[in-house]
Amino acid sequence: MAPAGPRSGDAIFASVERVNAELFTLTYGAIVRQLLTDLEEVDEVNKQLDQMGYNIGIRLVDEFLAKSNVSRCVDFKETAEVIAKVGFKMFLGVGASVTNWDAEGTCCSIVLEDNPLVDFVELPDTCQGLYYCNVLSGVIRGALEMVSVPSCASLSLVFSSSS
Amino acid sequence: MIGASKIKQYSNVLEKPLSKGKQEVSLSAFAFLFSELVQYNQTQVDNIAELERRYGVILLLQTMFLGPWAAGSEIVHNQLCRLEDAGYAVGARCLELLCHREKGNRRETRLLGILSFVHSTVWKVLFGKVADSLEKGTEHEDEYMISEKELLVNRFISIPKDMGTFNCGAFVAGIVRGVLDSAGFPAVVTAHFVPMEGQQRPRTTILIKFAEEVLRREARLG
Repeated sequence: MAPAGPRSGDAIFASVERVNAELFTLTYGAIVRQLLTDLEEVDEVNKQLDQMGYNIGIRLVDEFLAKSNVSRCVDFKETAEVIAKVGFKMFLGVGASVTNWDAEGTCCSIVLEDNPLVDFVELPDTCQGLYYCNVLSGVIRGALEMVSVPSCASLSLVFSSSS
Repeated sequence: MIGASKIKQYSNVLEKPLSKGKQEVSLSAFAFLFSELVQYNQTQVDNIAELERRYGVILLLQTMFLGPWAAGSEIVHNQLCRLEDAGYAVGARCLELLCHREKGNRRETRLLGILSFVHSTVWKVLFGKVADSLEKGTEHEDEYMISEKELLVNRFISIPKDMGTFNCGAFVAGIVRGVLDSAGFPAVVTAHFVPMEGQQRPRTTILIKFAEEVLRREARLG
């Protein structure tokens, strides 16, 4: 029997159970607020968000591989494409695109047009320097480490949304 | 890229048009995020308990006289408070959002009105379905209960025996308290497991106990 081919992000997203994005957004906001109250330093909060994302990523990758049926990626370019097209679509319901490749092909940017994490959010002046969505970079870092991609030395989040 | 549309830049988040609320994320994304919230609170509370152990005599006395379970329940209580506080923030914002979007800027002023708002509208928007049941307490006038067979937040969570009464539904209890408090109905809201006959997983009940002033006002309004 021929193995089933990889499924598209849309198809998987349509088949999984879904919840209202606003619950997700507000819960994430509550988490960030708690962290800011507890840790106070913006750098500490960034680190903690990254750590939380990492913990999520190492477990999320199992579900990703099970549901998406993707074959082994040949190179980093393919990996980035799969993350952007399938991964983000499957979990967050939003598509992402990959841009800004450097000459060696080791560095790229994944751009989210519509980020559910940042609905209703505006950073005050006291929190400049806070990477609000740092959990996403932690997730990617954790997931990649679990599938033995030599981990990115630095995954930083650059806000490039419509807000 | 040909024909990319120019995305309108908003200087202020308040100027951005409000979404219809139909966007969804996968359940597992929310479940992962919620589990991180719970785990983070566990580590924080361990730190608080550690702090108390080093500098506070109270916890020591409690442990000496009441046994180790008393210290354990203190830790559980702290964790519940933190989860509830997180939920409170969500609830306060939910009220504003839903009153504007679903109710045409009208906010309920009567007790039964706000309870059915929580039971149907809030539940429908946040969890995709109305709550299983809304009951009035038989023993006390000021108690109401919203029951749910399986709370969405508890779906992938199992509580180890030594955590005793810990219920992650405290987050949902916090949401309800946030909605009620912001609407002008101060209340104490808690989440409880109610074992059901023939069911493996217990039912969850959100117990709402309104403050005196709410009942007095309600009586005055007739």
